Formats: sequence, structure tokens, C-alpha cells
Amino acid sequence: MKVILQNLTKKFPNRNKRIREDVVAVNNFNLEIPDGKLIGLLGPSGCGKSTALNLLCGLVKPTEGKIFFDDDDVTNLPAENRGVGMVFQNYALYPHLTVKQNITFPLENLKGKEKLSKEQMQQKAYEVAKLVQIDELMERKPSELSGGQQQRVAIARALVKMPRILLMDEPLSNLDARLRLQTREEIRRIQKETGITTVFVTHDQEEAMSISDMIVVMKEGVIHQIGKPQEVYDNPINLFVAKFLGTPPINVFAGRVKEQRLYIGDEAILTVKDVPDQEVYVGIRPEGFLLKKDGPLSCALEEVEVMGRDITVVSTHNACHNEAHTIRSIISAENIKDISSATVQFAVKPGKIHIFNKETEERIYFTID
Amino acid sequence: MEKRNPKAWLYLLPAMLFLGVFMVYPLIDVFIYSFEEGYNSASQTYYGVGLYNYSYVLHDPYFLQAVKNTMILVAITVPVSTGLALLISVGLSSIKPLRELYQTIYFLPYVTNTLAVGLVFMILFKKTPYTDGLANLIINWFGGESIDFIDGPYWAKMFVLCFYTIWVVLPFKILVLTSSLASVNQSYYNAAKVDGTSKWRIFIKITLPMISPMLFYLIITGFIGAFKAYSDAVALFGTDLNAAEMNTIVGYVYDMLYGNSGGYPSYASAAAIILFAIVLTITCINLLVSKKHVHY
Repeated sequence: MKVILQNLTKKFPNRNKRIREDVVAVNNFNLEIPDGKLIGLLGPSGCGKSTALNLLCGLVKPTEGKIFFDDDDVTNLPAENRGVGMVFQNYALYPHLTVKQNITFPLENLKGKEKLSKEQMQQKAYEVAKLVQIDELMERKPSELSGGQQQRVAIARALVKMPRILLMDEPLSNLDARLRLQTREEIRRIQKETGITTVFVTHDQEEAMSISDMIVVMKEGVIHQIGKPQEVYDNPINLFVAKFLGTPPINVFAGRVKEQRLYIGDEAILTVKDVPDQEVYVGIRPEGFLLKKDGPLSCALEEVEVMGRDITVVSTHNACHNEAHTIRSIISAENIKDISSATVQFAVKPGKIHIFNKETEERIYFTID
Repeated sequence: MEKRNPKAWLYLLPAMLFLGVFMVYPLIDVFIYSFEEGYNSASQTYYGVGLYNYSYVLHDPYFLQAVKNTMILVAITVPVSTGLALLISVGLSSIKPLRELYQTIYFLPYVTNTLAVGLVFMILFKKTPYTDGLANLIINWFGGESIDFIDGPYWAKMFVLCFYTIWVVLPFKILVLTSSLASVNQSYYNAAKVDGTSKWRIFIKITLPMISPMLFYLIITGFIGAFKAYSDAVALFGTDLNAAEMNTIVGYVYDMLYGNSGGYPSYASAAAIILFAIVLTITCINLLVSKKHVHY
């Protein structure tokens, strides 16, 4: 099912009563979620992504704007009539019910024509339990399950009534690192198998990038960029998006463009065409550095972290736009022998450099000759 | 960790000493008195050992009356007060404006003196030469006959006693239940709402099981408290409860010790042991029932 959010806005009254101004959690949201895709709502904490999810499922009423499921306007429909499945951040499994009772709980709510017999409920519960691979735990209580198993039960409960859309609030945040990796693939598999349009919220960009068909990067209630994960990573539209995506994060330098050349400090590192002279921020992805004896960027070497497949070179450069002036660059492990002295010389890959306007932090596009 | 450190006993000594002297010893003592026939506390003498005290107490019409009164009191006040408290606390937690004001009002009886409350109930129910009391005014207004609630028929007196008891125990129960209702995680309700659960089903299937430990605690302590009822009856009907047919088991024990017909510690002990046996049985039944219905 296709979901369309139109000029969606949610304002909350300010807790501090002396400040009359409302808190805008979601600001003029316009988003079209294509049928059967997995969408990641991504942003730092407090950016309104959970509110956006609650608006979708109907627990929160929007201040302005409309929500469409296919062609139905569901803006004023309460949560129970929207046919959405929701996986809560803390799973919200009923602790006094067994796994099976938890999964059949939504089915028992069905009334009238949709009402199911006991056998049908059992059958459906077992089907969905098989899908998430918990069919052997049906008689247990949630407290007797591991975090990952609880997560699966929560997904099963959300899926059992075949919702039109599946919503997940920080689905992986309560799991440990290894389980997180496993579960996110699991979520991807379940979503692919069921083909249900799925929206999930996360602050972890790696999580969002790895499994989403499309990511929506948000900040302070505003959508900054929508697109396929790789596209957004390669072509961030502003400094915030560039900084938010990628681990280790993008290295930001204070630089300037003068006579079609891009300078970091006094070193001209690249020729940029069609950019008027100005002060800029230069963002270089960690993988955008190349060790090169006569490379234009010379940095003081701090540390080399060997990770096996590749190495992280930590060095400092005065123009680098963070407190310690540190640059993290990732280079292939074969090049470790090239690092010997206290300074390292880098050349940069033009495709991994983005420049941003110093005031607006918007991306400045340039052409390389 | 050392398991058998003699120092541990040293740390336990004060508590064990006090509990031993003021709880365990009297308990054993009462148990012994209950088998000693005609024990005299002044001369510390008795003339035989046996079950006569129990036989006497169980054949005493005043005791049987007291047991009947206590049973009725327990059977009515515990379910009604707990149910009412649940109703009120659910109501309280579903309203937003003035909730704190209502909570304070409902809690007031708890901090009010029992005898002062008894006085108020006198004004409400007692028939005097000048007035029939507020309750009768209302009954008259609806066209009923005046009833003497304090010196009248048995059922009227029992009604007042139950009413009074419920009113006195209600605030504590409301306090406990509102706080346990507030501690239920909102996300359970959100989850249930998204799944289209009706309000009634949410209450039965989620709220009740979630607060069941607290509810169970209130029922157990309610039972025990009601079995030990005494001061409420005194506040309403004065000290001569046998004459008013409103005695309770604890009242009977007190009368046997210090009352006008008192001075029989053996009978009092036997009655106390019988009460203990009843409370123990009921509590065990409660615990058995709770195994199935209480979710910790």
C-alpha cells in the first residue's frame, strides 16, 4: 500500500508555560512512501521521527496536513481503524500472556464479519510465528525470552492481522551489537517475504542504510533529504546530511574557493569549475583519501588503527573543523608500509569531496575538468 | 562469602530479641493459656489442662454471634470496598482536570480520627428525641419509614457497620490502586489501541492483570483487617457490644479479658486462637487462588 503524507505538521504546547510558542515536532512533512518498500526515518534524537511514526499509526493527531493510505484519507481515523501494525521500542509484549496469547491478541479483537474461530486464530498465529521463527517458543512468557526473541514476538504480533502498513519504532535499539546485525537482516527478510510497506525509525544511520529501500533524513521536524541510501550518501544536499551519514563521519574542513581552485589551508587540493570565489566547508569522506608522496594535503600523523581489511589513519590538520582537528581516513591495509614519517601526505578522490556554503551549509555543486 | 559467620547472629540479635519478646513469646503464651482451664493471671494458677476452653467458647452464644457478625462484615466489606476502590481509581486516572483535588478528597478519611468519624456517623444515622438523623431524613423524603440504625433492627445496624468500615478502608485502597494504575507502562495501552482493542477488553485483559499483585495485596490485608475489626463497632455502638448484638471476634476477646464480664484470659486465648485459625485458613485459600490469577 502506498502512503502519502501531505503538509503534515504536529505542534505540541510548550511544557514551559512561560514560553507561549509551540514545539514543532513535525514540520510540513511531504512524503510519498511507495508500495511494498522498506523506509527508514533517520535523524538525531529529538528530531520528530517518532512523532512522525505515531502520526502514521494514529496515536497522535496531526495539527495540520493529511495522511493517505492509497486513496483513503485516514487523517481522522483512530489508530484501531487504520489497520496498521506497530512494533514498539520496548516491544510492549503483555508480560502476563504467553507468546501465543500475545500473538493472537490482535485477532481476538476482530468483530463481526472478520471474526475468526479459535482454530483459525491458532493457525494464523503459527503461520506468522514460523515466518519470524519463534514457533517453538509459543508457550513461553515474554520474560523467559531473550531480547531478540522478544523482538520477533513483537513483529509477529504486529504482522498477524496482516496490517496494511508495518511501523517500527527503533526496532534494534534494545539489542546487543551482534544481535542487531542479525535482526536487521531478519527484518529485511520478513519485509521482503510479506511485501508489507514498512516504515521504521532509527537514529543509527548504519542500520537505516543497510536495510532500507529509501531513507528519509530528518532534523528538527523537517525532512532534509529523501532517497536511496547510497544516493543520499554520495550526494548529500547539505552539510547536516553529509555529517549524519557515514561511520566514521565525514571530515569537515574550513576552506575557500579562489580562482576555480579549492584550498584547505594554503594547499590547493582540487580544481573546481563553475564555483565563484567564497569561503566554504569542505567535506571529505574517510575513504576519499589516498596516500601519496606528493599529495597536496599534509597532515601530522597521530595514530594508525589496524582493522584487518583496512586501516584507519588518524591525523591532524589545522583547518579541520572539529575541536581536536583530527582527520580519520580509511585506506587499504596494503598501503601501511607507506606510512613512516610524522607527517602523511594525502591526495583526495574528487568524487568523495563535497563543498558547502559557509552560511547556509547548502551543497555547492562543481564540475571537475 | 562466608556462610556461617557468627558475627551475622550478632547483627541479627536486636531484631530477634525484640521480635522474640514482643511477638513470638506472647503468641506461644496465648497458645498455652488456651489449654489451661481457669487460668488466673493474678495468682498464676489453673486447675487443669484440656480442650474445655475451646468447648466453652464454641458454645457461648455471644461468641457465635461475634463470629457471625465478623463473617458478614468480611464477606460484605472486602469485595465491596475493593471493587469500589478500583472503580474510583480507574475513574480518577482517566480524568485530567482536578485529579489532584479529587485524590486529596478521597484520601481525607484516612487521616481522620476513627472516633471523630464515628461521631459524624452518629449524626448521620442516630435517632434522638430531636431528630431522626440525616439518613432517615432522606428515607422519609422518598416516602419511607424512619429506621433506627443504631438501636434498631439487626440488619440496619449491620448496614451502618459495613458502610462505616468500607468508608474507612476506602482511601488507602484508592491510594494504592491509583499509584499502581499510574505505573502501568503507557506503551501497553498504545499497543492495545493500535490493535483495535475495546476499552473494556483493555481493562480486563491488560489493566487488571497488570495491577493484580497490588489488588491481591489489598484483598489479603482487607480480609485480615476486617477479621480484626473492633474499634469501628465500638465507635458506632459503644462498648457494650454484646447487648447491641454487634460484637466481633476481637471484641469478644477484649470483653473476656477486660470487659464487665471479663477476667477470663483462658477463654480469651481460646477465642484468639480460633480467630487465628480462621484467618490462616482464609489467607491460605487466598494464596492458592492467587497463584492462578496474579501476575508478578
